[in-house]
Amino acid sequence: MSATVTDLQQTTAIPEPTTPWARTRGEKLGTVVTFLISAIAAACIVLVTGLAGVDGFGLTLFVIFVVITFVRTIRLNAKVRKDEFVKIAIFAAAVLAFSPWMSIFASVIIKGAKGFRPNFFVETMQTTTPDDELNLGGAGHAIIGSMLMVIIATFITLPLGILSGVYLTEVRGRLTFWVRFVVQSMSGVPSIVAGLFIYTTFIDLTNSFSGMAGSLALAVLMLPTVARTAEEVLKLVPDDLRSASYALGARQWRTSLMVVLPTVRSGLTTAAILGVARVIGETAPLLLTSLSSNSYVFNPIGSPIGSLPTYVFGLLQIGTENASNRAWTGALVLMLIVFALFSIARFVGGKDRR
Amino acid sequence: MDTLKQGERNMEQDLENNVLAGNDAKDIKTTFRGLEAKNVHAWFGNHHALSNVSLRFPEQTVTGLIGPSGCGKSTFIRLLNRMHEFIPSAAMAGQVLQNGEDIYATDVDAAAVRLKIGMVFQKPNPFPAMNIRENVLSGIKLAHLKVADHDSIVENCLTRAGLWKEVKDRLNATGGSLSGGQQQRLCIARSLAVEPSVLLMDEPCSALDPGSTLRIEETIKELAQKIAVVIVTHNMQQAARVSDFCAFFLTDGGPGYLVEAAPTKILFTNPSDTRTADYVQGKFG
Repeated sequence: MSATVTDLQQTTAIPEPTTPWARTRGEKLGTVVTFLISAIAAACIVLVTGLAGVDGFGLTLFVIFVVITFVRTIRLNAKVRKDEFVKIAIFAAAVLAFSPWMSIFASVIIKGAKGFRPNFFVETMQTTTPDDELNLGGAGHAIIGSMLMVIIATFITLPLGILSGVYLTEVRGRLTFWVRFVVQSMSGVPSIVAGLFIYTTFIDLTNSFSGMAGSLALAVLMLPTVARTAEEVLKLVPDDLRSASYALGARQWRTSLMVVLPTVRSGLTTAAILGVARVIGETAPLLLTSLSSNSYVFNPIGSPIGSLPTYVFGLLQIGTENASNRAWTGALVLMLIVFALFSIARFVGGKDRR
Repeated sequence: MDTLKQGERNMEQDLENNVLAGNDAKDIKTTFRGLEAKNVHAWFGNHHALSNVSLRFPEQTVTGLIGPSGCGKSTFIRLLNRMHEFIPSAAMAGQVLQNGEDIYATDVDAAAVRLKIGMVFQKPNPFPAMNIRENVLSGIKLAHLKVADHDSIVENCLTRAGLWKEVKDRLNATGGSLSGGQQQRLCIARSLAVEPSVLLMDEPCSALDPGSTLRIEETIKELAQKIAVVIVTHNMQQAARVSDFCAFFLTDGGPGYLVEAAPTKILFTNPSDTRTADYVQGKFG
């Protein structure tokens, strides 16, 4: 009797889809229960001993969790146990790396929440002293000033940055090495140097602090970020597309403009937003260029102009309780703006990755 | 039987008149219509990649270039529409004439040459930022051509590339949403929109399934009723199926060179060089 392939039993019924590789419910439950027990135990220990605070709790939790896991897996084979411990180690490392960021975020939110009220966004400090109650005055002028300067800086930087990216990846002219070298060195320039540069040139020339001067200082800081991101993004465009375009009889600038740049539209948007996020919190260059103001200024030329970083800086120097609270709220708003910008960058950047 | 023989003799006559090297064709008084390579060499830096190739591509024919990898076939066809010069260390010698005019003459605009001598690449490469319709029209936009009726061009080119029926209801979809074979036919349609008089194809079917390959071969045959097609292929059956003439390239470790060019039927059944016979019978390569 020789078995043939047709001897295999043929079934026509469609089986239930299964995921044999997934963790079983029992395993998941084990981890959750272990974690809960460790948390309760850690809470008790923190309450009765000298260990205190979030740090103490975290450390105790970690130790107890490791011990319980060890006991729980002692009857399993070495490979499973090793797997459990590596999982714990990696999770702990992630928490460790994440916690400073969370800590900063949490303290800014907690301290900034007190002044986070509607008047903060629409009123100014024109008729309010820093020490007044928090329901008076606000940072409307600072938000407008920051926006104004960042928008002007973006309009200056974006074309320049994209053009230098195009020069570095598409044109690849004789100066490629030097352009890349200058862009890279520029990204290491301390921000106060950018401020000083504009102070000694533009402000000497116009004889006044102004939003325009602030924008120029921010543009100096923004340009390398935008140019380098644009270069990296343009490098990702496959040469196939350029070849295809040339084979259709297109010239280089038409190819760059109509094939290469549209292909990385979303990446270039990301470049712009990363540039904005890079400079929106800059304080030092603004202290030397745009200074600050207590009221709305919409004209970028001729007079000092408020901005969120200088608002925070000024109020923290006063140091009274209400002034500090105002400063924290300013910091919170600034952080939310940056956060929103990065979220937009992620959203736009991830959207058309087909 | 006699008619068949007669046909073969006619093809041989054709070969004498058209395919053989420009050097041997001094007696042809009128300008040769089509594309012609005369004693072409190619270098990459110091590496001599291609040596002394002379070939003619008459209008309304399909010419297959066959030979093992690295024998300079791709280099050769990239020389024919000036894509070779995009490689920084590239150099060349010899002449490439289109309708008797040297495309490498100093006053000739390379972009204009590529407009007349189109190219389809091995890997389908539709422009990702454009939809199907825009992809077909991209050449016209890129080269600043003035055309009145865009819709009819889109339909005409997609029909000639054998894609119209499949995509006519979704011209606004991106090129990337098509299958590999459809993408390649879209690339062919894109090349046709600028109305080239020669279409170079560098292994256009090597990444495709047999069904798509068949469609593209049909397309090639239809194209050859109007223009000259040059196709590089590693697939001998494909060369036998689609081409009117065939050229066999080889390398002995040094630069690639042309072994033999002949009407396809003759090259496959009765080649004059034993190496050609060995290659087409699958004895090496």
